[in-house]
Amino acid sequence: MVGIVIVSHSAKIAEGIRDMAVQMAKPGQKIVAAGGAGEGVIGTDAVKIYEAIKEADLGDGVVVLVDLGSAILSTETALELLDEDTRMRVRIADAPVVEGAISAAVQASLGGDLTEVAATAEGARELHKK
Amino acid sequence: MSVAISALEAVSEAIGRNKEYLTSLDAAIGDADHGINMARGFDAVVAKARTLPPDADVGTVLKTAGMTLISTVGGAAGPLYGTAFLRAAGTAQGAAIDGAAVIRMLEAAINGIKERGKAVRGEKTMLDALEPAVEAFADRYKAGRPLVECLDAACEAADKGVAFTKTIIATKGRASYLGERSIGHQDPGATSSFIILKALADFCRQYESGEN
Repeated sequence: MVGIVIVSHSAKIAEGIRDMAVQMAKPGQKIVAAGGAGEGVIGTDAVKIYEAIKEADLGDGVVVLVDLGSAILSTETALELLDEDTRMRVRIADAPVVEGAISAAVQASLGGDLTEVAATAEGARELHKK
Repeated sequence: MSVAISALEAVSEAIGRNKEYLTSLDAAIGDADHGINMARGFDAVVAKARTLPPDADVGTVLKTAGMTLISTVGGAAGPLYGTAFLRAAGTAQGAAIDGAAVIRMLEAAINGIKERGKAVRGEKTMLDALEPAVEAFADRYKAGRPLVECLDAACEAADKGVAFTKTIIATKGRASYLGERSIGHQDPGATSSFIILKALADFCRQYESGEN
């Protein structure tokens, strides 16, 4: 099962998105929030993201949803900290963080592989609101 | 205590002294947290570095600094400076630290920042201070000038680079949301890079005069 990690500057946002995504996912689906820079600080923490990826990875890979700026830079830094094998099965989705996380959670729960889950997350860009 | 740890203390002290200044620069074109973030990060770096054995080599000290920055700064400066320190650490490992080694470390650091930030010079970032600084350092070093003079030249170039960032549009980071409105403001990241280099130059001058 592909795991999902949600990275936001705000711990509350990351946890809130995880809660929304969990509602749509099957029990046992790994969805890990990695928001904030500790102690209520708005920001991102590459080490926290690294640990979240390891927690979410059951061997089939991880799709990471990010908000903006340092969330992307910190996730890329986290990838550098991972061993080569794990790094090869992590994808940073070029997707809106809320819609992408929910789409990815559904696809991962349906048993989609890494490429499918990442593509589904990125497909969320096309979810227009009007 | 390791000279490298003392140098980090000097950097941390300078960042702390400029915390409000950096934050006010960031308030103008960013999210108003650069000084606070950098001060928190470098405070943590010093606290962590002091737990290292007194004979820790430069590579170990820099690696510890890099890992601490990536997990405590919070903003984009964390992965950028953190990657810079980690890349410099990788180059420093096991090597004797002479001028040529410093150049290799600085170049590795800058390449790390470019790669991480997908940025080049001229985009109103720390690279506008750091790249000219490293070039100036390398020029003086190759001309056989003493280390302190090389560092002074680097600071002068970085200072000019900071001034240059006032004249250009931000295309990277939070300031890019302002587009043309970012003109006239100096880049906080370039400024913190200058402050770090200046603190290192001052530290080296004091260290050398203390030795002689």
